[in-house]
Amino acid sequence: MAQMTMIQAITDALRTELRNDENVLVFGEDVGVNGGVFRATEGLQKEFGEDRVFDTPLAESGIGGLAVGLGLEGFRPVPEIQFFGFVFEVIDSVNAQLARMRYRSGGVYNAPVTIRSPFGGGVHTPELHADSLELLVTSQPGLKVVIPSTPYDAKGLLIAAIRDNDPVVFLEHMKLYRSFRQEVPEEEYTIELGKADVKREGTDLTIVTYGAMVHESLKAAEELEKEGHSVEVIDLRTIQPLDIETIIASVEKTNRAIVVQEAQKQAGIAANVVAEIMDRAVLSLEAPVLRVAAPDTVFPFSQAETVWLPNYTDVIETAKKVLNF
Amino acid sequence: MASKAKKAPFDAVKTLEHIEQQFEMVQILNEQGEVVNEDLMPDLSDDQLQELMRRMVYTRILDQRSISLNRQGRLGFYAPTAGQEASQIASHFALEQADWILPGYRDVPQLIWHGLPLTQAFLFSRGHFKGNQAAKDLNVLSPQIIIGAQYIQTAGVALGLKKRGKEAVAVTYTGDGGSSQGDFYEGINFAGAFKAPAIFFVQNNQFAISTPREKQTAATTIAQKAVAAGIPGILVDGMDPLAVYVATSDARKRAIAGEGPTLIETLCFRYGPHTMAGDDPTRYRSSEMETEWEKKDPLVRFRKFLEAKGLWSEEKENEVIEQAKEDIKQAIKEADATPKQKVTDLMEIMYEEMPYNLKEQYEIFKEKESK
Ligand SMILES: Cc1ncc(C[n+]2csc(CCOP(=O)(O)OP(=O)(O)O)c2C)c(N)n1
Repeated sequence: MAQMTMIQAITDALRTELRNDENVLVFGEDVGVNGGVFRATEGLQKEFGEDRVFDTPLAESGIGGLAVGLGLEGFRPVPEIQFFGFVFEVIDSVNAQLARMRYRSGGVYNAPVTIRSPFGGGVHTPELHADSLELLVTSQPGLKVVIPSTPYDAKGLLIAAIRDNDPVVFLEHMKLYRSFRQEVPEEEYTIELGKADVKREGTDLTIVTYGAMVHESLKAAEELEKEGHSVEVIDLRTIQPLDIETIIASVEKTNRAIVVQEAQKQAGIAANVVAEIMDRAVLSLEAPVLRVAAPDTVFPFSQAETVWLPNYTDVIETAKKVLNF
Repeated sequence: MASKAKKAPFDAVKTLEHIEQQFEMVQILNEQGEVVNEDLMPDLSDDQLQELMRRMVYTRILDQRSISLNRQGRLGFYAPTAGQEASQIASHFALEQADWILPGYRDVPQLIWHGLPLTQAFLFSRGHFKGNQAAKDLNVLSPQIIIGAQYIQTAGVALGLKKRGKEAVAVTYTGDGGSSQGDFYEGINFAGAFKAPAIFFVQNNQFAISTPREKQTAATTIAQKAVAAGIPGILVDGMDPLAVYVATSDARKRAIAGEGPTLIETLCFRYGPHTMAGDDPTRYRSSEMETEWEKKDPLVRFRKFLEAKGLWSEEKENEVIEQAKEDIKQAIKEADATPKQKVTDLMEIMYEEMPYNLKEQYEIFKEKESK
């Protein structure tokens, strides 16, 4: 096994699928010679040629529309949107076209497209590079939305996404790209989409989270452990559809839950998880389910982002409110 | 079954050639600083010519200092501008204070020469919201990060100016990459349809990050894209300040006269990396290409032109350099002295009046920030 960063695991997954299936195409802005601005596609054009891995003109709506059309021709496009803040430029292709392909063709056509895109705060990018805009795509029926939190998960989930016949939006948190390494098998493997991972087991409180907040939550859980609280941390991995079974089983065991997201409080991933818990497990609860989220402003210019972003101390604070309710 | 027509319905090759012929590059000064097109010489006084040079030299120093300040960690986001001085500064030189500027992320120099204090440019780079607080009568927006968004907004500002009967134009800039974005086409098309007083610049510096212009479009020039919108397009030597100046003032004159927008492509080069955030131009650019473009340097050619007229000297140039360095030092000091941006500052400007959720969160952050 090799020690890989998340970005290496992603490149590895892309290489695996480019090798496995000649219908897989990787394209986007600067993904060719440059290997992507984060080097996620490093070396792929060299290995697979310009036919399979190519730069596009600078237009996200063009990239999205191209993916729709190539999908109709039987390809499995894996386009890159250079930063997810630019999703507004392509949202018509994603939400109004890709997501509705099965509906619009009465199930005749699939849209086997995997859109990769970096996002996430804490790395001092300019405006609209860091925003957590996953709500835009999770609120659209017809799409699957995946956010890995580790190199191992990234590889297995990305391979699964590319093989999936439905459109998948695969979001990669920039802060996790190179923040740590992990053992990642060199051979291919998949992680089922829609399956959460219990990253840490516990009996007193469930933390439901995803993306970079998995790591803040794990850190918070460790601190809480020192004070005698046993905390379970669930990494959703796929935020649409949710793994309701895992969430509910955990809440029924711990009777207490909080949901942690990097997005603003009003951006409703956490709100949705809370609502599902209320629908399905309200009688197991010993305390209200609270949320940890960023404040309801736009993502701030870089100078204020560290204070703006939720962190493990916010998680501890909210966890204690629920534990001591 | 396909039938064979006796004759092709049109001559595709000829059609394309015909378009290309219309977009020959306008140049006044060649690489040696010699006037090659006397007929186009703008009516600029000696003082104005020197002022144009002064601004270009100042801007080059600002670029050099910004790069080194960025490397020292004293600036944040920065997109180098060296090589684009003729495109940026000479185009701006043809504008009036009443004109609006809607810049892209690389177009900070135009903002500065329009009146944005250097300190604010530095605060913008550092990701401080005060860097974006341009005075309301300055008629500028802060640099746009979303490529192309400024293009369609420019059509809107220009239409507004026209409706108000103001004698002013709206000017915007993007790169060759930006000319592929949907907003680009919508912007020039809308402005054309409304005959709005807009000037659309495409600074064709050959690359969109790593993607060469040839991969951007099959069109031989970007100027010719104007044809589809029914507006005039012109290709200009973007390393020649006099040609850029003339093209801009001509476009401005026609816009003010109610004749509508113009698309101007300036053929130029950026000497530095795309931005200072880890771009490595050696991955996509050859050193031969860089040398080739260094020979076209707008500063060198304009310096030669002015020296031949006895209007420029090393001494003058050094004065400008010293002044720029001094101003930059002062501005950095002021930026350092500006209190750090708080999350509560941001909450205060989010809405005219805070809704319940922000009011609650404001209290929480006020408490956090007081610790
Ligand atoms: C909508 C959008 N897509 C992508 C980007 C990322 N990006 C920033 S600059 C750039 C290349 C721009 O090239 P060009 O328009 O030629 O301008 P130049 O940088 O050469 O001045 C890209 C792809 C962005 N900022 N906005």
